Amino acid sequence: MNDLTPSREERIANLKGLGSSRKRVEDVRFTQGKGNYVDDIKMAGMLFGDFVRSPYAHARVVSINADAARALPGVVAVLTAADLAPLNLHWMPTLAGDKQMVLADGKVLFQGQEVAFVVATDRYIAADAIELVEVEYEELPVVVDPFAALAPDAPVLREDLNGILSGAHGPRRHHNHIFLWETGDKAATEEALGAAEVVAEEVVYYHRTHPCPLETCGCVASMDKVNGKLTVWGTFQAPHVVRTVASLLSGIEEHNIRVVSPDIGGGFGNKVGVYPGYVCAIVASIVTGKPVKWVEDRMDNLMATAFARDYWMKGRISATKEGRITALHCHVTADHGAFDACADPTKFPAGFFHICTGSYDIPVAYVGVDGVYTNKAPGGVAYRCSFRVTEAAYFIERMIEVLAIELGMDAAELRRINFIRKDQFPYQSALGWEYDSGDYHTAWDKALAAVDYKGLRAEQAQRLAEFRAGRTRKLLGIGLTHFTEIVGAGPVKNCDILGMGMFDSCEIRIHPTGSAIARLGTISQGQGHATTFAQIIASEIGLSADSITVEEGDTDTAPYGLGTYGSRSTPVAGAATALCGRKIRAKAQMIAAWLLEVHEGDLEWDVDRFQVKGAPERFKTMKDIAYAAYNQAIPGIEPGLEAVSYYDPPNMTYPFGAYIAVMEIDVDTGEHAVRQFYALDDCGTRINPMVIEGQVHGGATEGYAIAMGQEIAYDEIGNVKTGTLMDFFLPTAWETPHYTTDHTETPSPHHPIGAKGVGESPNVGSVPAFSNAVHDAFRPFGLRQSHMPHDHWRIWKIARDLGLHG
Amino acid sequence: MGKKMQISLTVNGEVHYILAEPRELLIHTLRERLGLTGPHIGCETSHCGACTVDMNGRSVKACTVFVAQADGAEITTIEGLGSPDGLHVLQRTFREHHGLQCGYCTPGMITRAHRLLIENPNPTEEEVRFGMAGNLCRCTGYQNIVKAILAAASEMNAKEAAE
Repeated sequence: MNDLTPSREERIANLKGLGSSRKRVEDVRFTQGKGNYVDDIKMAGMLFGDFVRSPYAHARVVSINADAARALPGVVAVLTAADLAPLNLHWMPTLAGDKQMVLADGKVLFQGQEVAFVVATDRYIAADAIELVEVEYEELPVVVDPFAALAPDAPVLREDLNGILSGAHGPRRHHNHIFLWETGDKAATEEALGAAEVVAEEVVYYHRTHPCPLETCGCVASMDKVNGKLTVWGTFQAPHVVRTVASLLSGIEEHNIRVVSPDIGGGFGNKVGVYPGYVCAIVASIVTGKPVKWVEDRMDNLMATAFARDYWMKGRISATKEGRITALHCHVTADHGAFDACADPTKFPAGFFHICTGSYDIPVAYVGVDGVYTNKAPGGVAYRCSFRVTEAAYFIERMIEVLAIELGMDAAELRRINFIRKDQFPYQSALGWEYDSGDYHTAWDKALAAVDYKGLRAEQAQRLAEFRAGRTRKLLGIGLTHFTEIVGAGPVKNCDILGMGMFDSCEIRIHPTGSAIARLGTISQGQGHATTFAQIIASEIGLSADSITVEEGDTDTAPYGLGTYGSRSTPVAGAATALCGRKIRAKAQMIAAWLLEVHEGDLEWDVDRFQVKGAPERFKTMKDIAYAAYNQAIPGIEPGLEAVSYYDPPNMTYPFGAYIAVMEIDVDTGEHAVRQFYALDDCGTRINPMVIEGQVHGGATEGYAIAMGQEIAYDEIGNVKTGTLMDFFLPTAWETPHYTTDHTETPSPHHPIGAKGVGESPNVGSVPAFSNAVHDAFRPFGLRQSHMPHDHWRIWKIARDLGLHG
Repeated sequence: MGKKMQISLTVNGEVHYILAEPRELLIHTLRERLGLTGPHIGCETSHCGACTVDMNGRSVKACTVFVAQADGAEITTIEGLGSPDGLHVLQRTFREHHGLQCGYCTPGMITRAHRLLIENPNPTEEEVRFGMAGNLCRCTGYQNIVKAILAAASEMNAKEAAE
């Protein structure tokens, strides 16, 4: 040993492993404009596809005349349903067990629906040609209200389902009904509600919105007729599943299809589904033998692909006079639009909505969800959320507030006395989940202390007195939330997408000179996988994260996985990565034993090396071992050093957090100002604190948008009123609040490194925090429930309806 | 299809002569003719700023500028701000302060920040937030973008003071 020998602490720091706020490797390219997104792909002879879309929400397609369009120089093809029908591709299966028109087959069911696909030599000619396609429509009555859709005399929307009384999720009781999904104990819940001392009842609406990543959806499909191979580059959050679906739909053998997700400009659930544009681009490439690009514009994106939420949640919650919750009942009317294209694990048509007992020990509960067809776009995606968890968290956190009003209690205290206690984990919820771990009281106390909750309430009371005395027109709202998520779908025994189990994977190959490449079944859309997964591997195998390349998204090279959404990458692929690293280490131990001429059992792992127990000066680093794996003939051991792991998680993980928003509200203008936003997250083991903080800032900003103004709104005849970024609210740097982040750390007991996932927590937690702040400001004047988004107009109306405008 | 026009424009110091329909959007000229795919398309309505480039000393949204309007213009895109061997201060501070995630808004964001710091070399946080309000980001919540820009400003000012 000499002064140049790094200390153990230095060796740990050099790895840049778990817990390191390592700077992101992706950023070097992105900051120089050298990302490679799908619209950056340019190929010789590439054609451009674009859609003729329906201006009507419900109409019969009487005729389509594309002669003038076809005659335009540069137009190569115009595809309609009639062209796709012989290939049986005019309809396609959805992820939810329904089917969806690829191109209008006889009628259109929502505004913006794809009617014809124009293929031209450049995007301007395609745009011109769209205008030349003449479509004759016969308007039909429009249904945009899911309750009206279930009226006995409501128009029949899905004529293709006429007389079919059973869907993918059981019986349909009406022509516009999709399913009723139920769980929990209905009779016992009713009994508990009937016997309760206090019952609070409320309808909580979580409005329709849209993930709206800055990059829209798109693809380039290229059919190489010489070697029979189809390559599709696209904005896919689940490239391997897309390959399987493409094979099943097209009949092309799966080994002849290569799907590549290049850099993705944000996903947030928008890029999980399979859209008509992908199918049409593939067909057009097969027909023309040329690469075909299709990229949505922003209006297409907001109108046609992947709405989120739209849940009408009718709740009843009961408690003792002291505030101990005794039962929860919830019925949801879920507006799924024209086709049931929700992106959920197959067996869960309402996703994981039944996490709606939240952070509370509720002895008995029931949930029933009715899915309904309307003349709106299909979708129902998990917008930065693990399959309806956001709806569930909003529902329970609003019901808690309403119950607090009913009881005349402080809402923070009501939460505290009902939290699941630390000693109750693993906890069986009344709706069937096993919460793996949690320490809610500690997180809650830390959060309340951090914002000086008592002081805030005192200030609020003072403000109220001043308001009543006419000395101010601004109210103060304190929005509380304690959320519990369920992420990391999921165990193959009950989680699948189109039959594919929701495992995930990692393959690690160590190079002779001690660097490595890892490939995973997931795909980053900004989460920084190339940075953070290398950190997991670094800590497992003792090579610096800087020496590890992480690749995802190419189905020809990456192991099969189910992709990135629902905060599943860290819980599932992250676990596969850690276990794959351990396989490498196990082989490395055998090699080290041979090199050091000791028995394997005489070695111990220390940061980046195997050393002889009791003689740490005798060691072989992972770098030494890697070299030996390729240049030594070791008896009984294959050359090389690589491994692959597929991980089927035994359970979900249950991240949680405590969020508090403090908001000033001007009762005369309806304007608000977020004075403070505190976010405490517990995502278990923290891989990269810098990345976690970034996720919290971004997710909370999405939540801020949703709560305070963002919506997909329709008029009564199904026109989308929020089809551009003029009307669809995305906050700028100017109105976005400042965030304070904090954490506790309760590792998952079943995850190999104890990590739980964090990407979606801030969206799940912040929406109720912002919304509760608005409600809390008006609580003294009798407000119980006012639906989001709380834009200036709606807040102004609250004040007016409560008589505060004098 | 309309009649084509001869247009000359200087992009990142290099002069280009092109024949284009006047309706062609500058963003398509840059991305598809000149292969400068740093600026992105996010909305086509001037709201998101992913296509921001510098034109004649002002930030413009290249998705709503016709190439005909750019005839004779001096244009700088993200590709012209720095090079792999000599990154612009903002390119470094955005990474240092985690001012990006998916990277899609980043070229426009940095190009706008570059112009903002010329317009106002010593901005307050509030001035940065206001000056960047034409550029949307869906990932970061802006907090670290603001931090990165303020850090770049103080670094550039310190360097200037030293010189």
